[in-house]
Amino acid sequence: MADTILTADAARELAERILDRSGSAEAEVRLRSTDDGHTRFAANQITTTGDATDLTASLSVRVEGREASVEFNTFDDETYVAAGERARAMAELLPEDPELQELLEPQTYDETDAWFDGTLGLDPTARASAAQVVIDRAVRGGLVASGFLQRRVSAYGVANSVGLFAYHRATLASLTTTVRTTAGDGSGWAGETGNDWARMPATLDVAERAIEKAARSAGAEAIEPGAYTVVLEPTAVGNLVQLMRFAMDERAAEEGRSFFARRGGGTRMGERIAAPGIALVSDPTSPMLRTQPFTAEGQRLGRTEWISDGVVTTLSRSRAWADRVREAPVPVGNGLLLDAGGEGTVADLVPGVERGLLVTRFWYIRGVDPRSLLYTGLTRDGVFLIENGEVSRPVKNLRFNESVIRLLNSVEAAGAPARVVASESGGLGTAVAVPPLVVRDFQFTALSDAV
Amino acid sequence: MTPVALPAGQPDPAAAQRPDGQHRMLAMIGLDAARGAGASYADVRVVSRRTQAISTRGERVTGLQDSESLGFGIRVLVNGAWGFAASRVLEIDELRRVARQAVAQAQANRQAQRRPVELAPVRAFPDNAWVSPIREDPFAVSLDEKVALLLDANVTALTVPGVRFAVSTMRFVCQQTTFASTEGSVITQTAYRSYPQMNVTAVSSDAGDFQSRASGEIAPMGLGFEYVRAANLRQRAIAWGEQAVEKLSAKPVEPDVYDVILHPSNLFLTIHESIGHATELDRALGYEANYAGTTFLAPPARVLNTFRYGPEIMNVQADRTQRGALATVGWDDEGVAADSWPIVKDGVFVDYQTTREQAGLISEYTGITRSHGCAFAQSWDAVPFQRMPNVSLLPGEEGYSLDDIIAATEKGIVIAGRGSYSIDQQRYNFQFGGQVFLEVRDGALVGMLRDVAYQGRTPEFWNSLDMLGGAESYELGGTFGDAKGQPSQANAVSHGCPPTRFRNVRVINTGRTV
Repeated sequence: MADTILTADAARELAERILDRSGSAEAEVRLRSTDDGHTRFAANQITTTGDATDLTASLSVRVEGREASVEFNTFDDETYVAAGERARAMAELLPEDPELQELLEPQTYDETDAWFDGTLGLDPTARASAAQVVIDRAVRGGLVASGFLQRRVSAYGVANSVGLFAYHRATLASLTTTVRTTAGDGSGWAGETGNDWARMPATLDVAERAIEKAARSAGAEAIEPGAYTVVLEPTAVGNLVQLMRFAMDERAAEEGRSFFARRGGGTRMGERIAAPGIALVSDPTSPMLRTQPFTAEGQRLGRTEWISDGVVTTLSRSRAWADRVREAPVPVGNGLLLDAGGEGTVADLVPGVERGLLVTRFWYIRGVDPRSLLYTGLTRDGVFLIENGEVSRPVKNLRFNESVIRLLNSVEAAGAPARVVASESGGLGTAVAVPPLVVRDFQFTALSDAV
Repeated sequence: MTPVALPAGQPDPAAAQRPDGQHRMLAMIGLDAARGAGASYADVRVVSRRTQAISTRGERVTGLQDSESLGFGIRVLVNGAWGFAASRVLEIDELRRVARQAVAQAQANRQAQRRPVELAPVRAFPDNAWVSPIREDPFAVSLDEKVALLLDANVTALTVPGVRFAVSTMRFVCQQTTFASTEGSVITQTAYRSYPQMNVTAVSSDAGDFQSRASGEIAPMGLGFEYVRAANLRQRAIAWGEQAVEKLSAKPVEPDVYDVILHPSNLFLTIHESIGHATELDRALGYEANYAGTTFLAPPARVLNTFRYGPEIMNVQADRTQRGALATVGWDDEGVAADSWPIVKDGVFVDYQTTREQAGLISEYTGITRSHGCAFAQSWDAVPFQRMPNVSLLPGEEGYSLDDIIAATEKGIVIAGRGSYSIDQQRYNFQFGGQVFLEVRDGALVGMLRDVAYQGRTPEFWNSLDMLGGAESYELGGTFGDAKGQPSQANAVSHGCPPTRFRNVRVINTGRTV
């Protein structure tokens, strides 16, 4: 499988050939090489599986301050020439773009080791065996398992006509499982993701966590919606905190169309928006993130502290906006780490809560009001009442209407960060590492009968 | 909320291309290789997908990309277990290799196969074709005309005092699929989709507030550039700008129970979430439990022909034949001819959405042994599975207009456009917003409201329906990127409906100070 992925040398050679044949003095090419495999299971059997390889190129051509792109996945000189001609013809029809930035000069990047042979071996047979482990354990417990095991091997390369070349390759895997009672009155979820399948928690451990949740969540009772202290498992925290990734943009704030706009003009830079001790960081080299150390166009990504000790310390700044305000650009990468300085796990946090709710994860999260970063969504696959520092009984799912900012302001305690499956789809999205949190006055507005 | 007048007329049937010779030949090689490796059933899809996206902001073009993706996928059954493999390399040896890969995968999957897959019968279509009913190919329209149309709309919106930003986009898709199966079908289809969009934002003078108005009533369609022309963004831009500004000073809604009158540009999404997804058979069988969820409409034996979804005036039709709708095709992605069938009849739930694998599992209750043709894969590299057809609420026989419904309402809110939307994983509890909220008092509109969202529980909500607009008020809404499946695949689907009134719905105020 690894031999289907573009190497750095092959990517450089291919990019140079495409740039050469494009016939344009100013051009950029982005190459993405993927080898994806997945196995799904449900109702205690494998349902669908798939393996696919692809290689795509996106050629952007510039003509006197105008730019257009053509993407293709067929590789021969004729295609490169035609793509160059088409992109050039498209660009020529556009008005000049006053915000178009010069092509990036060559850059230096941090090393990010995201390639692990342990993930390469996750072929259909290995995936089927892993699925079987979960299914067998669920069947033994008289339960019904469903789940998704995904493996992605990929490489990304970008080159331009002023000599920039950047290349990154990565392996990624994720396993998520939802186990339900046969009566449909209990549901539990567990999931793990990482770059190295061989070092991810054992499949059986993941299965047993979901099974334990499913069994414990059966017979949930209704409680009154309202404000509750919540213990959010890391996945639930990740579901919400990842929403901050593109929210902290300086231009949107300066233009008055963001939570980060200050009334009267300017931004909330330097203001406290989260509880003391909270840090929100992007860092491609963090062992918990291991993300691509450059943007799609090849701009270097280093460590960025968006929030330090609860205070906004950085807002993202596109190259065009940076040019306008005569500051350095601040790009946004593909990873987010929330650290509240805590230690331990959910089990260490629950004893500190007199009365509250333990939340496994959230579902169908949608923005309600961008002015306050208010979101709505629901709990799912395991909500439990905490009484006198102990998990006492399962409760029905609840809808929340809550601001991510208010959440970050209301943190009472935190554990240690861990990498989570933050995307609701269980897929390989943004790399997110977050701790479990205790949050006061989390706003639930309605009950749900869904199990 | 003037609807887009859908351009009339049908295209020349000759526009539907017969199966491409090269793709047909390659598909046959894939089928032979799969059979030779031990597959009892196989299908091959050779797909060429072209997209174009143009985005603008104010007087700038912020993005322009043309994209083409070509490849094939082979799906096989071996001893009742599925396998699927795909590649971009359209060469004979690669077809053979990928066919063997799919068979090997199916063999690996047998260890976790408890109930062998059985496919419902299907008629063979050995040399057939279909094309979307477009009148003007969006990829043949010059780029400068498209760009001028968008920039003109932006500039027009920006003339409204208080409007600070105007962005607009156009997206087009043309997907050509050659499908061949070991059951004798060879079908080529060319599906087009077009989606013009706009969003206008007003910012208060002290930068303490901002409000946007999105072009919610301009739905994506399975039509060509003629639809973009008919949508006429420029003509609507002033009204959208004025409404964005008006929202800044609109009255915050008082949380309470109201009669809500849902315009088709809002109700389509409520139908999508609370009927479309709830009536997917794969959810009822637990196949989507790990992501999209299950459904309250389960098990089939308990709910089919007995569950009361709504009042007797409520009729919901699934339809893959509706002209211009996004999920309309000639055949689905396993060669089943497009179908139209009732899901809710006189208020009672009567049928699900099915594929060939699923149809036999409920035929005992429905009396229907064939698939309804709901198999879909987003492109060549994706596995086909059960996806939503167009699901529409049929108009009422009384012929009411929106004005008639408003006139009959004492305390209500008219909600138009697509806003925030969220529903639980069994499709019970939902919360939906909108773009424009108009207060109704004693049969008349009295002003704009803001910060409105309505919440409900699906069965009670639909049973509170008491007034349906007539056929004259029926409109199609739609969504371009409905996500489901793992890995997630995007389906495009339309939903038609008239303006409709629901009684005593809980409305909340979503405004917050942080």
